[in-house]
Amino acid sequence: MNNKLKTLIKGIINVSPLMIPVVPFGIIYGVIGMDLGIGPYMTLGLSIIIFGGASQIVLLQLFSGGASSLVILSSVGAVNARHVLYGAVLSEHLSGLKISWKIVLSYVMTDQAFAVSNDYFKKNNKDSNQHYHLLGSGFTCWTIWQISTILGIVLGSIVPEELGLSFTISLTFLALLISDFRKFKNIIVMFVSGSVATIGYNTIPFKAYIIVAALLALIVAALLTLIDLEKK
Amino acid sequence: MNWSLIIYAGIITFVTRFSMIFLLKKDILNNKAKKILSFVPAAIFPAIIFPPIFLDNAGTLYLDSNPKILAAIFAIIVGFFSKNIIATIFAGLISYWFLIFFYF
Repeated sequence: MNNKLKTLIKGIINVSPLMIPVVPFGIIYGVIGMDLGIGPYMTLGLSIIIFGGASQIVLLQLFSGGASSLVILSSVGAVNARHVLYGAVLSEHLSGLKISWKIVLSYVMTDQAFAVSNDYFKKNNKDSNQHYHLLGSGFTCWTIWQISTILGIVLGSIVPEELGLSFTISLTFLALLISDFRKFKNIIVMFVSGSVATIGYNTIPFKAYIIVAALLALIVAALLTLIDLEKK
Repeated sequence: MNWSLIIYAGIITFVTRFSMIFLLKKDILNNKAKKILSFVPAAIFPAIIFPPIFLDNAGTLYLDSNPKILAAIFAIIVGFFSKNIIATIFAGLISYWFLIFFYF
């Protein structure tokens, strides 16, 4: 088996456990789309064109609440602004690629794909085919998201709400941070981010609480890093 | 809902993903910047994790006998010792189910 295929499969395998909560999430999204009466084509169209779970649900919520296009688009931008930071992190490993590769990999870059492939890139910095890992992890997310959207459209609400499956979304992201639990500086950064988001959830407009919390936490991270460098 | 709104939203989302990958050239970032960017997961994921755990559906702080907080703490303990992603997710989910079905 050649190296590219091996790396691609590694990406698929690494991201797979994180897809478990994506299925109920996609089904819930499909159900919301149908409930709001935008029809099967637009419900699936959003999943294909935007391909960003949380921002799709925000868009539907705001649309059904009668928000203006400007508010809707600003909110989608605010919810997805975190991807700018993911791009900055990954750019170091992807800068040598052709533009067509950059377009494809950007389209499929999700939270989960970023998390597993960034880990892989850090550990396999010398591998010239490392971008196949992101292709594998990204398209796995894409495929699972489209299938679960269709399931939601076709089946309706089959997932009982009492199971609290939306909680598994939080658990997935928590599981992605396990290597940070042992580092004191990271714990401080995590605490700042989480606290600001919780306080700002209702007060920061355009659902921008995630990016506001992330930027404040990064400022704290920068201060901690600079203090550390000063000591040396 | 109209298709142009969906397409604009799609373009905005794509630009957030593509901009830095397209603009940043190799070695443009110094070691200090790289070090700070290594905190990106720690700076973003808690902002996604905390609100649904600590806030109820109405958006008010919910700290008293909240099964999600207890299940998250249990998941953190399992994650800390096992360093295993799947074990962490399932430890949190199973302890959450145990709490809501048998305890609360």
